[in-house]
Amino acid sequence: MNLVARRKLANSLALALSLAAMSFGLFWLGWILLDVMRLGFEGLSWGLFTKMTPPPGGEGGLLNAIVGSVMMVGLAMLIGTPIGIMAGIYLAEYGQRGWLAGTTRFINDILLSAPSIVIGLFVYAILVARVGGFSGWAGVVALALIVIPVVVRTTENMLILVPNTLREAAFALGAPRWKVISGVTLRAASAGVVTGVLLAVARITGETAPLLFTALSNQFWSLNMNEPIANLPVTIFKFAMSPFNDWQKLAWAGVFLITLGVLAINVLARVVFAKGGGR
Amino acid sequence: MKAMGAEVLAERAQRNEGTPDRVAQVQARNFNFYYGAFHALKNINVEIYRRHVTAFIGPSGCGKSTFLRCFNRMFELYPEQRAEGELLLEGRNIIGKGFDAIALRAKVGMVFQKPTPFPMSIYDNIAFGVSLHEKLGKRDMDERVEWALQRAALWDEVKNILGQSGMSLSGGQQQRLCIARGIAVKPQVLLLDEPTSALDPISTAKIEELLHELKKDFTIAIVTHNMQQAARVSDYTAYMYLGELIEYGVTDEIFIKPKKQQTEDYITGRFG
Repeated sequence: MNLVARRKLANSLALALSLAAMSFGLFWLGWILLDVMRLGFEGLSWGLFTKMTPPPGGEGGLLNAIVGSVMMVGLAMLIGTPIGIMAGIYLAEYGQRGWLAGTTRFINDILLSAPSIVIGLFVYAILVARVGGFSGWAGVVALALIVIPVVVRTTENMLILVPNTLREAAFALGAPRWKVISGVTLRAASAGVVTGVLLAVARITGETAPLLFTALSNQFWSLNMNEPIANLPVTIFKFAMSPFNDWQKLAWAGVFLITLGVLAINVLARVVFAKGGGR
Repeated sequence: MKAMGAEVLAERAQRNEGTPDRVAQVQARNFNFYYGAFHALKNINVEIYRRHVTAFIGPSGCGKSTFLRCFNRMFELYPEQRAEGELLLEGRNIIGKGFDAIALRAKVGMVFQKPTPFPMSIYDNIAFGVSLHEKLGKRDMDERVEWALQRAALWDEVKNILGQSGMSLSGGQQQRLCIARGIAVKPQVLLLDEPTSALDPISTAKIEELLHELKKDFTIAIVTHNMQQAARVSDYTAYMYLGELIEYGVTDEIFIKPKKQQTEDYITGRFG
């Protein structure tokens, strides 16, 4: 066999293997999505968005769980985003080489890969058990703790991607460091940072373990963050594990809603990044 | 006619008297520079004259860009780099704590090798630098932006798209935007670090033409790899090699009859 034929063969072999690997991965993903859609669609109704979670055998929806989830995710982002962005700025712009930045980066990486159940238990130990019992706020803290490392990491990475020449150009005009960062580098990295924030939203929307130990759940309508509050993931967990048929249906509908929400956020993140990155 | 004649006479008289032609704007005295332990600039002594173009030429790694980046203390951004000796701007040493870096950079502007428009509108690209040093009202700022763009020969091309992103311009336009941004602050000295090496010949010609205009108001120091460019745009030329200033003088003399063999070898292309 001559050289060219051999290379052609090797090439098609590699292509075939990669295609097989890709379809294997996509196959399960597709199956999951199809199942979620099929079963979720059945439970979908207007009542889902207007009625409270029902007792077993009763009529109901997921309104209180949806509202509780939105509130907790929103507040967690409100707390986690500024802290994450500022820490990311410190790592990328101020302390690149120092020991403090090195240590922070290391701890942040650990936090980033920490199982969310660990974070849930941690908040349980310091907040729930000692201070106020199960509450919406404890859930917010747990979710914020998951948000921070994600935002820190993406902010740092996106700022590092900003070419140093741009930084120097701003300094050369006589800009102080904070002005260089706020006016030029953060702006140049804004699309990436926003993408990171959106991905953090997607990440915490479906987190169950941290809420199980903190916000718990609530059968009833409640906006009081000092009390246990209903939320989608824990409700899904509870309903899916139950023997009741209508609860299981609602659980599938909830799964469908979360999947749809995460999908929408991911698409939005891609659009934002493509717009900003294509400059 | 009469007035013009008088003007020319006055100018001549002035030139004979105090040679305002040759006022040193920047002077280096026993200037040394280090990258960590590496001695990058060795005992440089040179004078840059006001409202003239001075070109720095030499092979890669000779320290010409390094030297230019000392004029606005750009090296301070990197903790392992340090300068020793004197670098005087109008007689005041700019090296060391005595001179504020921000005040210095308001007086010494810089344009880089690759165009570096900020991720904002054309207008804001120019207003950004100005607003760092002056508080101008809307009308004054509009005027300043127009003035800077006029001087950078970019106004006619962008006057209707001032709100567009500076990054949407072509490479040559971006570089002229960066020049406009630099002069909008009204510095005394403009540093150009290989400003045309990333540009096509037409954009290069435009920028070279621009330098002839700009030197009426600004002292210009330019680093270039292109010897024809140095010969075309500069009044004085400095040849550097391995961190040392080998020869410095009037451009015509450097290019036509250099005093040192080393300079001649480089200029004639026998070396480098």
